[in-house]
Amino acid sequence: MNTVLEAKNINKHFRKPVDFHVLKDISFNVKKGEFASIMGKSGCGKSTLLYILSTMDTDYEGNLYLNEELVTGKDHKELSRIRNEHIGFVFQFHYLLSEFSVIENVMLPAKKLGLKSEEEIIHDAQQKLDMLNIGNLAKKRASRISGGEKQRVAIARALINNPSILMGDEPTGNLDSYNAENVFQIFKKLKEEEGLSLLVVTHDIDFAKRTDRIIVMEDGRILPD
Amino acid sequence: MINWKVIFGIAKTHLLTKMKSTVTASLGVTFGIGAYITLVSFMTGLNGMLDDLILNQTPHVHLYNEIEPSEEQPIEKFTPFEDAWNIVHSVKPKQSQRKIHNAVPILNYLREDEKVKGAAPQLNAQIFYISGSIELGGNLIGVNIMEEVRLSNIQDYIVEGSPQALNNNENGILLGAGLAKKMSLSPGDRVQISTVQGDIFPLKIVGIYQSGLADVDNARSFANLKTVQRILGEAENYITDINVKLHNLSEAILMARQLEKQFQIKARDIKEANAQFETGSNIRNLITYAVSVTLLIVAGFGIYNILNMLIYEKMKDIAILKATGFSGFDVQMIFMSQAIIIGVIGGLLGLIIGFGLSSLIDGIAFETEALPTITTYPINYNPGYYVIGITFALISTFIAGYLPSKKAKRIDPVRIIRGT
Ligand SMILES: Nc1ncnc2c1ncn2[C@@H]1O[C@H](COP(=O)(O)OP(=O)(O)OP(=O)(O)O)[C@@H](O)[C@H]1O
Ligand SMILES: [Mg+2]
Repeated sequence: MNTVLEAKNINKHFRKPVDFHVLKDISFNVKKGEFASIMGKSGCGKSTLLYILSTMDTDYEGNLYLNEELVTGKDHKELSRIRNEHIGFVFQFHYLLSEFSVIENVMLPAKKLGLKSEEEIIHDAQQKLDMLNIGNLAKKRASRISGGEKQRVAIARALINNPSILMGDEPTGNLDSYNAENVFQIFKKLKEEEGLSLLVVTHDIDFAKRTDRIIVMEDGRILPD
Repeated sequence: MINWKVIFGIAKTHLLTKMKSTVTASLGVTFGIGAYITLVSFMTGLNGMLDDLILNQTPHVHLYNEIEPSEEQPIEKFTPFEDAWNIVHSVKPKQSQRKIHNAVPILNYLREDEKVKGAAPQLNAQIFYISGSIELGGNLIGVNIMEEVRLSNIQDYIVEGSPQALNNNENGILLGAGLAKKMSLSPGDRVQISTVQGDIFPLKIVGIYQSGLADVDNARSFANLKTVQRILGEAENYITDINVKLHNLSEAILMARQLEKQFQIKARDIKEANAQFETGSNIRNLITYAVSVTLLIVAGFGIYNILNMLIYEKMKDIAILKATGFSGFDVQMIFMSQAIIIGVIGGLLGLIIGFGLSSLIDGIAFETEALPTITTYPINYNPGYYVIGITFALISTFIAGYLPSKKAKRIDPVRIIRGT
């Protein structure tokens, strides 16, 4: 089976205000079509790790591979392109462009990629929204919907370019159990039907238990299985 | 590989949702450019008018004989005193004619020259205007009137009658406006003139000449060259001045020096004649540009501030855009295009307002004795200034947008997303 994402001996320090070794020798991989979850106490470095894996943070030691290609050391322009095309990211806090409509938010990464026509992008975006039960909100302004709805819009946005891997930092953190379950089912369906790989940080043990693999972190290290 | 449609789309949304800031920033540019256009059109219009007033009446090169002392006194030619230190007191100007002695060959030579637009011969005669028992001193200039019309704007200063009328009348005279007033004469009347020798001639007034300079109008009249030659009893080659008009004013100095050498004649170029005049024009231009640039710098600071503020407000958006695959350059272009859009809209509006204000000034009545052809304030509608104006607007907004957008480019998305 192909590995989609591989981290080799990743170390990270925060140098301010004092030197703090936040990630210690992290090595692991995510296979194609695998649904992995990361658990761990608050402050153990989960978000920090995810920012590195998503190529947004380049200040680390070690090597990162995406689709078996080394991405460590590439310049910012190439990394933007990789993020745009291959990585979907859902933040711990829902982040949308508040001045744009819901559907425009979802469409932006696809417009940036520029592989599809406007009509195709609108169609795809609407389809993703429908899948997440928020198709009726498409024309609303992103600032005028609820927190849970925003989180689902963010998921739709992360999926718009059919990425190789979807990373989520507590993507269901703001959702009620009904919608959390809905999101879980969608993730599962994407994994099974489209072979999407997922790496999701969660504090919800019931959620984590139903994923293929739980990666446990403690004090900046991954605990052995 | 940049997707400009997306970039502009985002820039447009930002500008539209921040309408108040957008309008403020644009108005700053509008004000700067509008003021520039108005000022520069008015100032250069004024300069042009003054140019017409003075320079048009001044030939590019003026050829004449100067009354001056000989460079060499006879004693210096006397060999026995060759090595002596000769002192001559009370040197008098040498006896020479006022006429240019080889005027006809010079005229022919000048008319062949490609750089020369035309050369007009003149005969300047001292005369008296006789009105009853009063004699008014003055001068009568014999001209080839149709040639003058072509080369100097004399027709602009003929307030009554026409140059054709003079051309058609052997004994016609274009009387100075001041003289006409003093002697209560008008076109159609006759005026008696007397030469220095005392010969009296009646001439028919065919028009009134008003230069706007009172001293000139109180003394100067024009008649046909042949008429004046006849009055003075001189031959047809008796010419005291030749006025040369060139195609290119900047060649005047060189031409003057060359003619002086070639024909042993005095040649005065236009620069020499109006040295202080150009300084005035330059200073007016300098003031115009200083004021405009100041206004644009102020407008530039306005844009800089507003964009800086906008980027501060939009930190989160910038982080999201970067996280979802927009590069730093894309983000920079989003903010640069906002600056440029403000510059284009503000600038174009400024051009329109500048044009409007100029036309308004152009419509204000401005009548002065000195300038018979001018009825309203002069405005120069040179399209070049509009090009400069919009270029200025774009450059200043570009600079004002560059620094904040550079900052946006460098924003680290992780820091923003973490919320620190
Ligand atoms: N910019 C920073 N400078 C210094 N230390 C930081 C910085 N950002 C985070 N940290 C520290 O790094 C550690 C890991 O933070 P991180 O956000 O990765 O935790 P987390 O596992 O995601 O926690 P949570 O579950 O609460 O989201 C924390 O102890 C935090 O205090
Ligand atoms: Mg976290």
